Amino acid sequence: MASEQKRVAMTGNEAVANGMRQINPDVVAAYPITPQTDIVQFYSSFAADGLVHTEMVTVESEHSAMSATIGASAAGARAMTATSSQGLALMWEMLHIASGYRLPIVMPVVNRALSSPINIHCDHSDTMGALTTGWIHIYSESAQEAYDNLIQAIRIAEHPDVLLPVMVCQDGFITSHGIEIVFLLPDEVVKEFVGEYKPHTSVLDVENPIAVGPLQLQDYYTETKAQEAEAMARAKKVILEVAEEYEKISGRKYGLFEEYKMDDAERVIVVLNSTAGTTKAVVDELRAKGEKVGLLKPRVLRPFPADELVEALSSAKAVAVMDRAETFSTRGGQLFTEIRAAFYESHKRPLMRNYIFGLGGRDTTTREIHRVFKDLDADLERGQVDKLVTHLDVRE
Amino acid sequence: MANLKELSSVPEVLASGHRMCAGCGAPIVVRQVLRGAKAPVVVANATGCLEVSTTIYPYTSWNSPFIHTAFECAAASLSGVEAAYNSLKRQGKITEEIKFVAFGGDGGTYDIGLQSLSGAVERGHNMVYVCYDNGAYMNTGIQRSSATPKGAETTTTPVGKTQPGKTERRKDLTKIMIAHDIPYVAQVAPSHWNDLYKKSEKAFSVEGPAFINALAPCPRGWRYDAEDTIEMCRLAVDTCFWPLYEAEYGKITVTYKPRNKKPVTEFLKAQGRFRHLFSPDNEHILEEIQAEVDRQWEELLALERLGLESQEQQE
Repeated sequence: MASEQKRVAMTGNEAVANGMRQINPDVVAAYPITPQTDIVQFYSSFAADGLVHTEMVTVESEHSAMSATIGASAAGARAMTATSSQGLALMWEMLHIASGYRLPIVMPVVNRALSSPINIHCDHSDTMGALTTGWIHIYSESAQEAYDNLIQAIRIAEHPDVLLPVMVCQDGFITSHGIEIVFLLPDEVVKEFVGEYKPHTSVLDVENPIAVGPLQLQDYYTETKAQEAEAMARAKKVILEVAEEYEKISGRKYGLFEEYKMDDAERVIVVLNSTAGTTKAVVDELRAKGEKVGLLKPRVLRPFPADELVEALSSAKAVAVMDRAETFSTRGGQLFTEIRAAFYESHKRPLMRNYIFGLGGRDTTTREIHRVFKDLDADLERGQVDKLVTHLDVRE
Repeated sequence: MANLKELSSVPEVLASGHRMCAGCGAPIVVRQVLRGAKAPVVVANATGCLEVSTTIYPYTSWNSPFIHTAFECAAASLSGVEAAYNSLKRQGKITEEIKFVAFGGDGGTYDIGLQSLSGAVERGHNMVYVCYDNGAYMNTGIQRSSATPKGAETTTTPVGKTQPGKTERRKDLTKIMIAHDIPYVAQVAPSHWNDLYKKSEKAFSVEGPAFINALAPCPRGWRYDAEDTIEMCRLAVDTCFWPLYEAEYGKITVTYKPRNKKPVTEFLKAQGRFRHLFSPDNEHILEEIQAEVDRQWEELLALERLGLESQEQQE
């Protein structure tokens, strides 16, 4: 039975800050960076008004934000931070340490392009580069999804089969600063859903001292990393279980990805976050004309749901994977490379091409999405893709 | 004033059997400092000699909870631990009194960790940060740091045909920490164990951040015999190369004034890393080093007088 929810108009950042308020972590260590700043500001106000019992640690850098969050989490606190772009890049070293120590830290990330050139607007170059850090990656199309994913992330991270940090991503400015209708769950429902955090160890347990972060060389490092990978594999089931439970309190359904009008779709676009919304509008337009088009919007990139994606895409005839970040491999973006690799063993392989789009906040409108579907149409007529990787909407 | 018998009865937090080199100053500093804690401690450690030699999985030499994260962020990580403690205590989930202490070498403190240390003390976390200063990146094989004294030979300031070791002066980190206007800052050396113990007691007893800069000679990097570590400290103190003093909210007290200030060459000539300075060509460097030590010592005494005068005026 879904609970009575408050219908409010708010930005993605405000929704996330409210989600954090309802989670009420013991410690938040954060540093401001555009476009994440609002989250820290809203949350600081909640703390200043005594709405949360959180100890705020207003650090001097993102490196210290993650370091302090790691310290707090190792001390048995439910600890959170939030960041964007350069901030995530500065945390890089510590991201691996958070996951290596198996700390269930949850971090909203507001996606923003990495320098250079310096740019404050959305693309996914920040989190795409963090796919190898041992964090669970969850992506959000809207403010609503950013809020819903955040609350679920606590349960995923802290699940005893998982114990890995989670980053919950949304598009900088597009959803972080755009106002939309959001349904907020009642505070007590969220409180009950996330439950009380009961860590199994803590560096504050002076009676049972533990050493966090010892040196592991050739004799143990491999086992530690292999266990981390096993936990990541187990996370897939947990993510689905948590989604199922969340549906019961919210009425909103989540999976490893969203399929939009995919049943008989021949031409499919795969795209993350807010651009999926734009694509849905185009899918609706083309469907009204009888064209068999669909959208697949990945939600979880770590663990990577390869088998499920292959299953969902194998009845399509032509697929355009759209990446909002360069890899400079010259063979396509991260999402494209991984999805294409997932089809290696498959006998039913659709035509597949890649678009690098929306870098540094470049608007991707229905016009560009129409063009992508048209390209797929031409590929189908030709029986092959005419270009593996296309930079969309680039001035010649 | 504590006596050695009393101090030796305090339970050890750092157990014997760790893998630090014979004669290393760092574990002596750790054991002396922790005698002043008077409560259970949580130890944070920056990456470095102490960390890699005391927590080789699946072993640990620490009888206390211990956390190491990375090189530049012992202060930041410990500030998170302390924040968690405050939060959980406020919620009634923890009741015991716990002290927080971080150890970092000069590389992890003067250099790569300076920003996170500065941030943590500015935020006022109730913790003690101890720098064990051995004057170079000893863990990676004796590379120069900003704590390396002028003239010292290291593997990145080798004595070559045109360069006589490190040409720059060392950074005065203790003064930088005093400039943060925190409750307590002290400079110590394990040769003067009672001075160190008293300062450690003070550092752990103040509300808010405290910083201790401890000289920690390194037989391999400084090139002297392992049994002479305490003698190296004594020479550093008696030549005023490493003055013993403290600052309570910026007010400086020099806690030891050598009756006969020895020439700095007494300290330098005892170590292989300065051997090249004693060739006739490098005499001017010795003079420069002596002039620098003299100037800094006089300045320190002047700062102490200034503090006393302003106190008298207030009274």
